[in-house]
Amino acid sequence: MAASEKLNSLWSYANPRKFLAVTERMLPGLWALSGACLIVGLIWGFFLTPDDYRQGSTVKIIYLHVPSALMAINGWLMMLVMSLIWLIRRHHVSALAARAAAPIGATMTVIALVTGAIWGQPMWGTWWAWDPRLTSFLILFLFYLGYMALWSAIEEPDTAADLTSVLCLVGSVFALLSRYAVNFWNQGLHQGASLSLDKKENVADVFYIPLLVCIAGFVLLFIALVFYRTGTEIRARRIRALEARERAGA
Amino acid sequence: MIALLLRDLRLAVRAGGGFGLGLAFFLIVTVLVPFGVGPETALLSSIAPGVLWLGALLACLLSLDRIFALDWEDGTLDLLATAPLPLEAVVSVKALAHWLTTGLPLVLVAPLLGVLLNLAPQGYLWLLVSLALGTPALSVLGTFGAALTVGLKRGGLLLSLLVLPLYVPSLIFGAEVARRGALGMELTTPLLLLAGISAGVIALLPFASAAVLRVNLR
Repeated sequence: MAASEKLNSLWSYANPRKFLAVTERMLPGLWALSGACLIVGLIWGFFLTPDDYRQGSTVKIIYLHVPSALMAINGWLMMLVMSLIWLIRRHHVSALAARAAAPIGATMTVIALVTGAIWGQPMWGTWWAWDPRLTSFLILFLFYLGYMALWSAIEEPDTAADLTSVLCLVGSVFALLSRYAVNFWNQGLHQGASLSLDKKENVADVFYIPLLVCIAGFVLLFIALVFYRTGTEIRARRIRALEARERAGA
Repeated sequence: MIALLLRDLRLAVRAGGGFGLGLAFFLIVTVLVPFGVGPETALLSSIAPGVLWLGALLACLLSLDRIFALDWEDGTLDLLATAPLPLEAVVSVKALAHWLTTGLPLVLVAPLLGVLLNLAPQGYLWLLVSLALGTPALSVLGTFGAALTVGLKRGGLLLSLLVLPLYVPSLIFGAEVARRGALGMELTTPLLLLAGISAGVIALLPFASAAVLRVNLR
């Protein structure tokens, strides 16, 4: 009984009016919280942690690199879930949320690639290497570009939502395939995962806690941006509907 | 289905442009590569498998927008969608026709172009095999891209942006098979992976293409 009520209440946010009302109330808090996390995490990470004994101060770029890479991948995952919801339940808000998330995810991909290049120059001696991780991120960026291009190319909104959703599904499969294909194609230069739940050996604690704060900041920032941009998309569509009605009336 | 296939083949052959152009493009790319990287035979023979794969892939890309464009314009596609034949079958037949008119000629002509690039003697067989196994996947993926962009005015450029990332796995494994074949190395793993991708794509993607086409025809 209680569970079904909860489920109902989740789907009720598919109503654009309710979605807007709730997110609007949440947004100031989200902005403030993500800003606070980012400021605290970055200041802590940049100024209050020791230099690594081999990498020197370059290690500190991890506070931008790891969270942005994380959000680049999870942004695509979120788009995948939203696309599925759109295809199955036809909630417009979810299609618009997927559309709103794409440029954010693409930006995160660029941040991850650029910070990686800036770190790689002194450490690996090169801005770019055709390493599996780097390459698959570049391919992920191409998928983001194609997805956004398809959204902007089609005028009819429902058709666009349908087509981009299918593209997102097919793209997910191929992004994953490419990820493992490039593993096969070239051996890696990139170190293993910095964070994982099932591993004893993570980044040392002094770096670990500020990193977690930064990740929390990036996650909150991503959520806030998606809410904000989805709201913009909803309003843009309302304006279009109003204009269409006016033209029909006149 | 066979009637549709024959019709598409006949149209492709009689209307011209379609597959002759693809072959000519393949030839030109292969001729231009030595101008770009220099005429040393050692260098050319080491990059030959990759260049031939890339050339075949780009040539395949050229004719993709023709898969649905003409049928879309004159309304044939609407008739096909309402015909008793399921749209998934239509899409598969279209992909097959594209492969027969574009992919297959490319496969057959690739060894000749291999001569130009000084491909190692033991590499010809594996170049043929890898292209024969890989190009069907390119056609099917391309049909998906063509179905996505069929209603758009200038879909050509968008089509390549959408389709090329999907070609990455096939290109990696196909070129790897050809390269290892030319070097006389063990190549079972990439060969099986290449064939696996093609088989999976042929089995599953027509459903996505048909779904997308239905949306576009709505």
